[in-house]
This record gives sequence, structure tokens and C-alpha cells, in this order.
Amino acid sequence: MKISVMISEGPYTHQASDTAYHFTKAALEGGHEIFRVFFYHDGVNNGTRLATPPQDDRNIVNRWSELAAEHNLDLVLCVAAAQRRGIADPDEAKRNGKDADNIAPGFRISGLGQLIEAGIQSDRLVTFGD
Amino acid sequence: MSDVKKFLYVNRKAPYGTIYALESLEVVLIGAAFEQDVALAFLDDGVFQLTKGQDTGEVGMKNFSPTYKALGDYDVNKIYVEKESLDARGLTLDDLLPLTYEDEDDDWAEKDSIKVVSAAEMAEIMEQSDVILSF
Repeated sequence: MKISVMISEGPYTHQASDTAYHFTKAALEGGHEIFRVFFYHDGVNNGTRLATPPQDDRNIVNRWSELAAEHNLDLVLCVAAAQRRGIADPDEAKRNGKDADNIAPGFRISGLGQLIEAGIQSDRLVTFGD
Repeated sequence: MSDVKKFLYVNRKAPYGTIYALESLEVVLIGAAFEQDVALAFLDDGVFQLTKGQDTGEVGMKNFSPTYKALGDYDVNKIYVEKESLDARGLTLDDLLPLTYEDEDDDWAEKDSIKVVSAAEMAEIMEQSDVILSF
């Protein structure tokens, strides 16, 4: 089955990103295709490489980056949501006159159309949020 | 894009306590360009999103409620509001923004976009949708 995932909450405060990660991993292990993982609302905070959780806890951002590298996942942060919350890639930082970017490896920033397209192209769009 | 799917945007939260309502509306407006079959559902505190006379001056936030009136121009004209949610909050259809659209199949007659439905009818609407985005 072709599946897309939407994540609506940031890391650690809410379990949504953890559950979405386990779901995505299990779906891949079960032989399903993950068309896209789309991060919206505070979910875009899952894509900052500046996160530094305690050593004895899971690193939610790195975990997504590693899963993306392993399975060539398409991890998309909504541009409008990312701009509001200070998540930028080099292009966005330059365009908005910022002095730094913070996007984590394996993530990209794009528009909401990517979410709609995921809904159209996938057999299932599974939402993780509150 | 060949296949048209039935998209249902489900709005369950009050308009200003969290950002979900505003960012849901942003998805609806972008999604309108994809020429899918689009419907919106408002239930629980989400019914407050459509109330008339919203004034956000004191909280220093942008009042985005006028944007709902533009939905008709985006061909978004199926707006379902759950009756039980209105009743529980002491609201009626008269408390909601008059959202309308021009029906191109009926000589551009102006028609109401909002339809008040029961919880059972809402469940049926969800059942018949292909893609449900819940905010």
C-alpha cells in the first residue's frame, strides 16, 4: 500500500512524532511504500538539527534523518508553518534575510500543495496529532 | 491530475486558542487549486470558527474570520456544521457567518454554503470521504 503521513505536533511535548516514527518504520518493514511524511503546525520543529536532547533519551530529529537516509524517505516541512516557527534551509534563510539555517539532514521545505498531493497520490494519508 | 478524491477538512477547535483553525484554512485555500472534491466540517469547539462578529483586538491576534467568506470564490461550498455541537454551545445558524457561493449550474444563483447536519449525518459524510484532514 502507498501511505503518506502527516505529523501535526512538535517533538517531546507530544507523542505524535514518536508514534508516527514507529508507524512509518513498521509500515516500511511490512513492505509498504511511504510516499511522503509531511510536517505541519508545530510538527515542523521535528526538522531542526539544533535540537540537543539528553544523551540517555531518544533523539527524535536524528531518528527521522536516519530513517530518511536508510529508506530514501521524503520528509517535507511546510514552508508557511516553518517560517512562523523559525525553521529554515539555506534558501529560506537567504530569502528572508536570516543569518543562519537549521534544517536537519533528510528534510526539505516545501509548500502545502505537497500535503494535498500526498492525499491524492496515496492509498492512505495517516495523521498523527492531538 | 486524472483522479478526483473527496477531501474533508475537519475543524474541531476554537479559532484563537491554538493555531489549528488558521493553519487549516491555509490548507483549504492552497488545496482549492488542486480541483478536488472539497468539503469542510465544523464540530465541537470548531463551530466557533464560523461565528459572526469576531473581534480579536484585545488579544492582539489577526481576525482571520473574513477569509471564510472567500471560500465560495474558491469553489469551496460544502460546509457542514454539526447541530449537536451548535446546540451544546447555545449557538444557532443565525450566529454563524452568512457563507454563500454562486452556483454555476443554476444561472449563478447565490446559495448558502453552510448546511447544519446531525452527528449521524456527519458520520456518514466522513464515511464517504476519501481523504480526511483533521485539525
